Amino acid sequence: MSRWLRRAMFALVVAYLLAPLVVVAGVSLNPRQVLFFPPEGFSLRWYGTAFSDPGWYRPAINSLLVATFAALIAVSIALPLSYVMWRYRVGYAKAVMAMGLAPFALPPVITALGALALWIVLQSYGQPHTVVLSHGAFLTTLPLATLTVGLQNLNPQLVEAARTMGATGGTVFRTIVFPYVRPYLLAGFVFAFVLSLNEYIIAYMTVGFTFETLPVKIFASLRYGYSPVMAAISVLFFAVAVALFALVGRVGDLPRLLGADERA
Amino acid sequence: MSAPAARPGSAPAPASAASSGRGDGPWPHVLLAWPTVALTVLFLVPLGIIAALGFFRRIQAGFFEVAFVTDNYARALDAFHLERLTVSVVLALAATLVTLLLAVPFTFLLTRRPRARQVPYLVLVLASLSLSEVIVAFAWSLLLSRTSGVSNLLVAIGVMDAPASWSPGLPAVLLAYVFIALPLAVLSLYPTFSRLDQELPEAAGTMGATPLAGFVTVVLPLVRRAVAATGALVFIFVLGAYVIPQTLGRPAQWTMPVQITDQAIMKNHLPLAASLAIVLLVVSSLIAVAIVALGTGRWPRLALPRRAR
Amino acid sequence: MSADRPDLVIQGLGKRFGATVALDGVDLRLPGGSLVCFVGPSGCGKTTLLRVIAGLETPTTGHLLLGDRDLTRVPVHRRDVGMVFQSYALFPHLTVAENVAYGLRIRGVKRRERLARAQELLELVQLPDVADKRIAELSGGMRQRVAMARALALDPALFLLDEPLSALDAKLREGMQVELRRLQRRVGITTIIVTHDQEEAMAMADLVVVMGDNRVQQVGPPLEIYRRPVNRFVANFVGRNNFLPARVVASDAVEVAGVRATVARDLPVPPVGSDVTVAARPEMLRLRAQAPAGPALRGTVSMVRDLGRAVETRVRVHEQELVVSGRGGFAEGDEVWVELPDAGLVALAA
Ligand SMILES: Nc1ncnc2c1ncn2[C@@H]1O[C@H](COP(=O)(O)OP(=O)(O)O)[C@@H](O)[C@H]1O
Ligand SMILES: [Mg+2]
Repeated sequence: MSRWLRRAMFALVVAYLLAPLVVVAGVSLNPRQVLFFPPEGFSLRWYGTAFSDPGWYRPAINSLLVATFAALIAVSIALPLSYVMWRYRVGYAKAVMAMGLAPFALPPVITALGALALWIVLQSYGQPHTVVLSHGAFLTTLPLATLTVGLQNLNPQLVEAARTMGATGGTVFRTIVFPYVRPYLLAGFVFAFVLSLNEYIIAYMTVGFTFETLPVKIFASLRYGYSPVMAAISVLFFAVAVALFALVGRVGDLPRLLGADERA
Repeated sequence: MSAPAARPGSAPAPASAASSGRGDGPWPHVLLAWPTVALTVLFLVPLGIIAALGFFRRIQAGFFEVAFVTDNYARALDAFHLERLTVSVVLALAATLVTLLLAVPFTFLLTRRPRARQVPYLVLVLASLSLSEVIVAFAWSLLLSRTSGVSNLLVAIGVMDAPASWSPGLPAVLLAYVFIALPLAVLSLYPTFSRLDQELPEAAGTMGATPLAGFVTVVLPLVRRAVAATGALVFIFVLGAYVIPQTLGRPAQWTMPVQITDQAIMKNHLPLAASLAIVLLVVSSLIAVAIVALGTGRWPRLALPRRAR
Repeated sequence: MSADRPDLVIQGLGKRFGATVALDGVDLRLPGGSLVCFVGPSGCGKTTLLRVIAGLETPTTGHLLLGDRDLTRVPVHRRDVGMVFQSYALFPHLTVAENVAYGLRIRGVKRRERLARAQELLELVQLPDVADKRIAELSGGMRQRVAMARALALDPALFLLDEPLSALDAKLREGMQVELRRLQRRVGITTIIVTHDQEEAMAMADLVVVMGDNRVQQVGPPLEIYRRPVNRFVANFVGRNNFLPARVVASDAVEVAGVRATVARDLPVPPVGSDVTVAARPEMLRLRAQAPAGPALRGTVSMVRDLGRAVETRVRVHEQELVVSGRGGFAEGDEVWVELPDAGLVALAA
């Protein structure tokens, strides 16, 4: 298709994805407690508030903790699962795999309601570990996808070569497989981490206000009074996501991680 | 997300070192123990609980008691909730359609670029995908508001007389739906599109097909499965969104997730929330299957493989 | 060649991809109706040149003319070319016949009519029985023929093939070279075949274009390229060659290791006194047990390999190893004379 058409298409999509953020970034710079765009002046005070007001930084710390542990759990499920799928032929592994990939085929609100019901039944509704575990299981899909892509590309003859040199199962994993999939593992971790950081509905239904995460806090502010701090926080969130994904793009081959063929 | 769906005959056989279970000892089972337990407890069991919960009785003092009643489903299927269901489905279908109309050409054009040039766009798409629905709702409410929105821009360039507020309302909900669905659709289409042999549309060109004709006669038939699957994925994703209709919609746009959350959290009526969720699950699955069937059936094979005469 | 087929003229053609120069100042005139081979090592720009001719790449500089029609800015779908891609680029969602008939479908030819035409073309490439098969059911050799039939379906002005035989095994490849040559004679369309295999180019082409270092190194009929390479690159790339340092001592003679020998007369020879490299084909050299009358170099046989149709003998002469192809009859360690051909050496600027 013509170059002109391509440029128009790219401009439309980029504008669509960036316009809301431009407005949010502008609003976050207002010196007064108003939501004007373009801003009335230039001030970074709301960024200061985000870091100094415990009403904002506590949820931020909660979110970071949840995201870290949830991403670890997601990876801890995805790594052995994808490895067994690649290395062995086990009947029920496919069913487990399906469970790992299914959450993205369900309306998110249903996953959240399921988590709520589960933790009520287990009588631990509202405790921090509930959101960690539910996020972990929900986000397993992401490292599972990146690891599957990575392993698909690992030549099985490498394993056979290692075995001819005397390596056993565990050694093969440590010396060949793990170093090879490390970038895919890292990418999967980052994807799960960033998505957990931003996830609202599961967090809301499992811990709600008892262990408030940032999205829950923002949502509450959305209903009970806007403030430019929300804009500052949103900008920070987007910046963190861009930085982390750009890092992944630096360290690894992003097109390849997202499923493109290996190519020079 | 990146389920590879390369065209037949062209995909390199996926590498696999799979060996049969016999002789491998307990290792695979030991490795699978944690994933199996974790996913069963955290994914399968909750779905089972919801399925059962729909028939339980709500009690005022606590959450619910075990019973077998059908009034929850009776309420979930009453005129009000059926109307909400219809609204939810129509909105989600509209958003899916718009999303595909943007995502299919965008992803196609993106994957025709050199790899290095794609990376900034992929980073933007990933960052947008991960952006909290809460932040998306907040951002669009600002963008469409009277004090800080685009209407000010339109006033400034003389298109409008006075700034207006477009949120909450139907356009706000749809715009934000497409915003959250677009990155998901792009990433879901990406593997198939980037594996599409660049030379196929080129070959069509050498035989006289304009770029558009080549896209319609060669590219679309080859990616139709991926497009249909993406449509289903996006539909389900949008249908399950809560914050956007709740924040950017008027009551007329309050969808099933709003009702479900309302019942589960505000009204403390878990059995009704569960039966609504099951209704939503069934309807969304049926429509998702229909989308896939519709998408893959549109370009039927012109001739079935036959043996040589 | 043929009166009704216009020549393809390429003038000052250049193509860069960012900082990479893929083509640098290409000037060519390809006679209408001829079979031309572009040959050169991988990465030298052959595919790029073919794609520029097809209209799949826009040149950075230069012009492209077919007769008096300027093609430079004509988009691919209006250029009237038939192309066989290296990967064949057959449409996996269509049957063989539908692939062949694709261009006719784009032109709006009725289904029955175009499928009948597809069948004719499949017969032309000797695949009468595969019309209803899917591409995935075909072998590599069959795919190759289908791709050719498809490219010829619209009776194009140019027939372009990018390494059409490189995916086939050696036996099949040789058969296809003959068949391709015969097919081209029959349809008479101006044809360009890209290959990295110089033997293949020699075996098929009316005209060989040797490319190297992203430019055209030499253009000529196969035998001329083989016998009279214009520079060391061509001499080295086309066929096998021995290279010896020498000095020009007359307008038709050089001195090699103290021996005076005549060089090919129909090539420009560098001025007397300049240092040159002479090239000698292995089959132009003769081995003698005794010193012959003509110019010869003395050496020791270092290796003998019987290759069936010829014996390859390697002879150490001073610091160099010369390869001689012939009837053999010598053993490792034998003292021999390597006789230099009369007027068979090519003097190349050093
Ligand atoms: N699309 C492209 N983008 C960037 N560089 C390219 C592209 N196509 C070809 N090149 C470069 O141009 C040069 C010539 O390539 P090509 O024409 O494919 O060579 P050949 O077919 O002779 O092997 C190479 O250095 C190659 O890397
Ligand atoms: Mg090439």
